[in-house]
Amino acid sequence: MKAKFLVPLFLFLVLVGFLGFGLTLDPREVPSPLIDKPAPAFRLARLDTPEQTFALDEMKGKVWLLNVWASWCVACRQEHPVLVDLARSGVVPIVGLNYKEVRGDGEIDARGLALEVETAQAIERARGWLNTHGNPYNLSVLDIDGRVGIDFGVYGVPETFLIDRDGRIRYKQIGPVTPENLKKVLLPMIEELKRAG
Amino acid sequence: MRVDRFRYCGRFMLVALTVGALALSAPPASAADEAGVATPVVADQALEDQVQELSHKLRCLVCQNQSIAESHAPLAVDLRNQVREQLAAGKSEDDVLTYLVDRYGDFVLYEPPFKAITLLLWGGPAVLLLGGAGWLALRLRRRQIEAAAQRHLTDAERARARSMLAGESPATADRPSAEEPRS
Amino acid sequence: MIPELGHFSLVLAFVLALVQAVVPMVGAARNNPSMMAVARPAARGQFVFVVFAFGCLTWAFMNSDFSVALAARNSHSDTPMIYRITGVWGNHEGSLLLWAMALSLWTVAVTVFSRHIPDAFLARVIGVLGCVSTGFLAFLLATSNPFSRLLPGAAEGRDLNPLLQDPGMIIHPPLLYMGYVGFAVAFAFAIAALLSGRMDAAWARWSRPWTTVAWVFLTVGIAVGSAWAYYELGWGGWWFWDPVENASFMPWLLGTALIHSLAVTEKRGAFRSWTVLLAIGAFSLSLLGTFLVRSGVITSVHAFATDPARGLFIIGLLVLVIGASLLLFAWRAPTLSGGGSFGLVSRETTLLGNNVLLAVVSASVLLGTLYPLFLDALNLGKISVGPPYFQAVFVPLMTPVVVLMMFGPYLRWKSDAAGAVARRLAPAGIASLLIGIGIAVAIGHFTWRTTLGLTLAAWVVLASLQLLGSRLRERAGASMSSRLSTIPAAWWGMWTAHFGVGIFIIGVTLVGSIDANLDVRMKAGEQIDFAGYHFVLRGVDSVPGPNYDASRATIELSREGRAVGVLQPEKRVYRAMGMPMTEAALDIGPFRDVYVSLGEQLPEGDWIVSLHRKPFISWIWAGCLLMALGGVLAVADRRYRRLAERQMPASAMQQAV
Repeated sequence: MKAKFLVPLFLFLVLVGFLGFGLTLDPREVPSPLIDKPAPAFRLARLDTPEQTFALDEMKGKVWLLNVWASWCVACRQEHPVLVDLARSGVVPIVGLNYKEVRGDGEIDARGLALEVETAQAIERARGWLNTHGNPYNLSVLDIDGRVGIDFGVYGVPETFLIDRDGRIRYKQIGPVTPENLKKVLLPMIEELKRAG
Repeated sequence: MRVDRFRYCGRFMLVALTVGALALSAPPASAADEAGVATPVVADQALEDQVQELSHKLRCLVCQNQSIAESHAPLAVDLRNQVREQLAAGKSEDDVLTYLVDRYGDFVLYEPPFKAITLLLWGGPAVLLLGGAGWLALRLRRRQIEAAAQRHLTDAERARARSMLAGESPATADRPSAEEPRS
Repeated sequence: MIPELGHFSLVLAFVLALVQAVVPMVGAARNNPSMMAVARPAARGQFVFVVFAFGCLTWAFMNSDFSVALAARNSHSDTPMIYRITGVWGNHEGSLLLWAMALSLWTVAVTVFSRHIPDAFLARVIGVLGCVSTGFLAFLLATSNPFSRLLPGAAEGRDLNPLLQDPGMIIHPPLLYMGYVGFAVAFAFAIAALLSGRMDAAWARWSRPWTTVAWVFLTVGIAVGSAWAYYELGWGGWWFWDPVENASFMPWLLGTALIHSLAVTEKRGAFRSWTVLLAIGAFSLSLLGTFLVRSGVITSVHAFATDPARGLFIIGLLVLVIGASLLLFAWRAPTLSGGGSFGLVSRETTLLGNNVLLAVVSASVLLGTLYPLFLDALNLGKISVGPPYFQAVFVPLMTPVVVLMMFGPYLRWKSDAAGAVARRLAPAGIASLLIGIGIAVAIGHFTWRTTLGLTLAAWVVLASLQLLGSRLRERAGASMSSRLSTIPAAWWGMWTAHFGVGIFIIGVTLVGSIDANLDVRMKAGEQIDFAGYHFVLRGVDSVPGPNYDASRATIELSREGRAVGVLQPEKRVYRAMGMPMTEAALDIGPFRDVYVSLGEQLPEGDWIVSLHRKPFISWIWAGCLLMALGGVLAVADRRYRRLAERQMPASAMQQAV
């Protein structure tokens, strides 16, 4: 058996190794390039008091979570109890980024809606949803057009960012926060970040 | 949640024409209406062509096998609008690409950037080509040598034939060289 | 009851496949004729049971038996009958059953058209095919039972994905699968040859027609899929370098190399180990494509609902089938050497050169398709490899293939004089460069890509015509009809397929450089001039379909005052899934398509209409069909029909390519 005739077999086995490993990966999950980078600055109207705004640097010195949510997001309903429990424990402040509340809803034709009208609708819908399902957020802000979402590289709702005292993004959870990954990933990281400061 | 996130996907869905394009650059409809002539969706077709061309090179994060030009996902619409807005504001294509890569990573680029981790990707075909060409050259050369050796053998056989004609007994171990198939 | 019969029938088919895999192989090894004789009946029996199972599943779909989970997920009682039937293969389980049925159809075809093949060799071929069948039927039964029931049954089905409710669905998957699976026959011949040590010209001659027929199916299947995407898509793209498209394109490339390599092995006894490797490679890539579609390791529009257990099963199957055959190759191939000698300038050299290039192209496509997976597995980040990459790689690699392709037929086997051939082809080469530049300038699109494409197309067309001319001049005294009739069909096949490549390149180049698009907002009664045509929107009506509601626009198309046609693009919403779809309307012409699709309705009541003029787009498919026709002609050659005689007059062999 000459060695050169084994080359195809060898290449094939390498390929199969990768394919097999590929089965354990999720090709849809896109890691964020923003990890360990400063969170993009923003200033948005607050959901509770829309005449006031909230800016990123107001959280300076705190370890906190930014949770992207919307009332039309089905998966948000799934993670919501987890967030409510987390908020009750007081471990970490959670800021909600209400993402495209009106125009993101596939059921609604938001074309041609004036911005003020859309904002008013968004506030009503978002408040209603929090009243029904509980409010885990220290505060929520309104990202009506999704522009801040783009700055954070949001590509689906829900997503959750862990931000450290210096305002850097340390972790991004794509999809709903589950009790498992809260316990295994998020809480240990939060503890560590708090100690580090 | 999967369903939620990817429900807009499907290559063969609606033409991804956007209202955003209208909002940005539609000329007043009334002027055109009077003549009964349809209005182009965009006023600046050159800009739109540029947007289209660039959008085709950007991968949609929601419907991951479509470019943001094809995808009907709301995020694709948003990103297309971003591309249009920024190009209209006079930014270069590179600026727009940097803007998106900063937020979504290299994943959005259908044309992977040239860097250390893509070295094998971009260099691979060239390496394969050189390898193939080298293998081919080697094989052809060896074949020339073999062919020459065969001619040699034929000479030897000729010599044997001559000696046979001269009345000597044929050598038992001899057999013909690699037989050429009929053609 | 009928689904259970189908399931049972599938189990029987599996048992027969197992028999077909084991008994003839053992028989061939022990030279036991009665064991070898099991091959034919086992293969035919397996076919009968697979077809019966397929029929049972089709029955469940046709009768909207929504207690069958698969039908409940992929059909609806309002779905038109034809899409209820095609819905059978519009899902993972059913398409896999179609795969298995195609394989057993090929196997039966081998048993029918193989009287001239020695029993031991045939037993091994059928045995290898039986192994593959066994693997796939086991996969079906173990992980993807198409007959599993819902308890209680669903009241109504969820309907077939509207994307698939299209005439393209009727023919595209069956053709494509016949192509994919057809390479299993070439593979089985190669493995049988390795096992028996019989790697001579006869082996190549036996497997050549099978390979060509599989290649024809694959060619047409890919072309149909591309045409389908073109008219369904709404903006007229026709090839996307999607991983699953690549998965069908890679076996096509290697299959193309294989049919040429087989020609050399048959005629000159050369390239034997290479030919065997190509046969293994082409089928391996078909299997790999199956894996990619069904395992979820790669995101693709075509991907079926994914399941890691299925992925694991297919990986096991890949390792068994491909791993074992490559091991066998490594063991047996070193004994293959020699073959006919040939000079540096000879037809063999050009064929081998093109073979290597085609293999490099398919390896590059494979590299691009799987590179994101490699990086992800090594935790080096996520990237995307898309059309810009593939175009950048494909064009430079295929250019020498097309150039060499036209040299081959001019060169004699064994050896030829480089100078003479260069002198003969120099005028065509220079003329095509001038034509390429001239047309590119004339159409106002003088880019390197357009110029290169047009030059290559002109080169193929001119060199082909010159080849035909010189072939016809060969027998100067005879009448034209007798001159034509002496040219063997195989030569016409070669000529037609190569000419088709030229036609294909013309289409690709022109549609890529001078297509035009305009999106307008239109109200009923409004008109617009675009690309030399005059469009009037007569109105948009609501039209109910069987399982969808459509808005149908009526657009009159005219040119210079003369009516050209009426186009009725639709926007549909499929009721069961609530999914919107576009149905573009086309006015197809030999030199351009006018392509209109209906976008959304604006709040003001007018519609967005997308207008396209696609120059020479149908030449893309015409080129593919010519390539396929070339394959058909090659197979129709008389010498294959006289195969039973075994002994062939040397003259006929030399003429054919």
